[in-house]
Amino acid sequence: MNGTAVIHSVIDGVLTGSVYALMATGLTLIFGVMDIINVAQGIFVILGAYLSYTLSVHLGIDLFVGLAITIPTLFLVGVVVERVFLSRIKGPEKVVMSILVTYAISLVIEGILNMVFTVNDVELHAWYVSRSVLVFGTYLPYIYLLGFGLAVVLLGALYVMLYRTRFGASVRASLADQAAAALVGINVKNVSTICFGIGIAVTAAGGMIYGATNAFNASSSYDLISRLLVIIVLGGMGSIGGALVAGIMMITIEDMVSVIWGPVWSSLTFFLILVIVLSIRPQGLFGKQSVRMA
Amino acid sequence: MSRLKNVLWLLALVALVLFPLLETNPTYTSIGIFTLIFMGCATSWNMFSGYSGYVNLGSAVFYGSGAYTIALLANHLHVPANGDLFWFVPLGGLVAMIVAIPVGAIALRVRRHTFVVITIAIFFVFQLSAINFSFTGGTSGLELPYISWFVTNFNTPFYYMALGIVVFATLLSVAVRRSRFGLQLLAIRDDEDRAAGLGVKVFAVKLTGYTLSAFAVGMGGALYAIFAGQIYPQFVFDPIFDISIALMAIFGGLGTLLGPLLGALILESMQQYLTIRFSNGSLYLVIFGALFLVVVLFMPQGIVVYARDLFSNYASRHEEGAMVVDPATSAGTPS
Repeated sequence: MNGTAVIHSVIDGVLTGSVYALMATGLTLIFGVMDIINVAQGIFVILGAYLSYTLSVHLGIDLFVGLAITIPTLFLVGVVVERVFLSRIKGPEKVVMSILVTYAISLVIEGILNMVFTVNDVELHAWYVSRSVLVFGTYLPYIYLLGFGLAVVLLGALYVMLYRTRFGASVRASLADQAAAALVGINVKNVSTICFGIGIAVTAAGGMIYGATNAFNASSSYDLISRLLVIIVLGGMGSIGGALVAGIMMITIEDMVSVIWGPVWSSLTFFLILVIVLSIRPQGLFGKQSVRMA
Repeated sequence: MSRLKNVLWLLALVALVLFPLLETNPTYTSIGIFTLIFMGCATSWNMFSGYSGYVNLGSAVFYGSGAYTIALLANHLHVPANGDLFWFVPLGGLVAMIVAIPVGAIALRVRRHTFVVITIAIFFVFQLSAINFSFTGGTSGLELPYISWFVTNFNTPFYYMALGIVVFATLLSVAVRRSRFGLQLLAIRDDEDRAAGLGVKVFAVKLTGYTLSAFAVGMGGALYAIFAGQIYPQFVFDPIFDISIALMAIFGGLGTLLGPLLGALILESMQQYLTIRFSNGSLYLVIFGALFLVVVLFMPQGIVVYARDLFSNYASRHEEGAMVVDPATSAGTPS
């Protein structure tokens, strides 16, 4: 262990953490607006990665150019899934039912992906995946920087949409109080559908970066979803800012632990931090403590 | 009606007792053992999560703790390789309960949906610890002594032990349901704040329920360890186990007594059979997921309640003067 390695791990963590933050933002947006814990978020990330893989291997389309196809595709998938399955969930046990429904969806997609792409690991290839650039005395593959840039651009776009448009105002109103939003004339049903679409669409970008930085198969989704859930709980469920901070913080800490104590302890630390933080602050770092919770 | 019900329960028990005497093919008795282990675990899971509404997606913590307890004991105490090891199965359950106390004390500080996520996180802490620490044998797991019986069929003692766990879990679940404590759990499910306002010590009640539910699951894990003869961290601390237990209970009917038993009986035996019949696990995932989607979306109360409603609707239509049962009121009450 030396100083450079630690600095490198911090840079690494912030860059990959931003991609996790992007995926977690989608998850927390879905929860905040719809009261749905989308356990299928992990498999949608993998689906996005496989879409990029198919486009680049079979049609020779560049990974970033391919996003112009994969992001709208996953948006549509999200809209269809919401309309066909999730809009049917109602009643007092909605959150629990949503976990089960999205888990079932995730199993179906996992099975199909296994049949189409086999269980062998694949990786995305491009010139910027294999080449590196010198940053602060360590070599970083270009894809880390490009992934960070992509996450920043998309998060920025999401910010503008949420805080600078009329639609964003309806989303924020639905985040704050669904019943009140419906009372002032917001079509909460449509807002929910579009939010779910957006929440899934960001996984196309996240999946492409994930696939370019890790070898993956359909079962990688378990690792992803457990991390994403920890991030949004830690940030406070439904808090977008919380997801951003927690995403970058957790991945950075994980990378640092990996360098200082070794990779076997990094995942353990990741989950332990959640347990410790929640013992002190049950609502998460940025969560609001509701007066009365169901 | 109540007497008829008791007779049916007894008949089902007799059928389960007779099964290994009539079916001696070890492939099928193995399916029977796994199915019974899952029936016991799902019933025990339902006793806490079904009654209180706190869905625990980390029950593999108990299962794995039971399995590791017995594996470590067998290795360190040099228990002879015969039936003596069975006496340690309840100890597996006990250790699972001891583990459940601090875990529950942390996880139950938060409400419902956050609780679900925390149980998942704590589950991963346990799985990763089992992989990383040296006393657990790391990724290669632990080996148990190979058991040699003086009985004709190797599987039979395991089968009856598993059946014992199911009977125990079922009786405990009935006892809890009929007690004041069970009513407090149901009150928490319906409205936790009001229950607290009426003087229910919600945290203590939840923690007790959570801890009690660990016992049968821990015993199931311990029995599995002896039966398998070798445990690996990724198989005894398995995320699929967490979700399967919940699926089985909800498939059958959350909060009902028969639901988890029937759900585990159907789903686990089907899974074991399909795995043996078609080695294609991916196809199974698709079928299982699709089936589950249909059940959750169209019969969210589970098959037991759905069938009971169908039956009572049918009866009320065909018997003149019969009392019309309102599905809205009958659906919500656990039997």
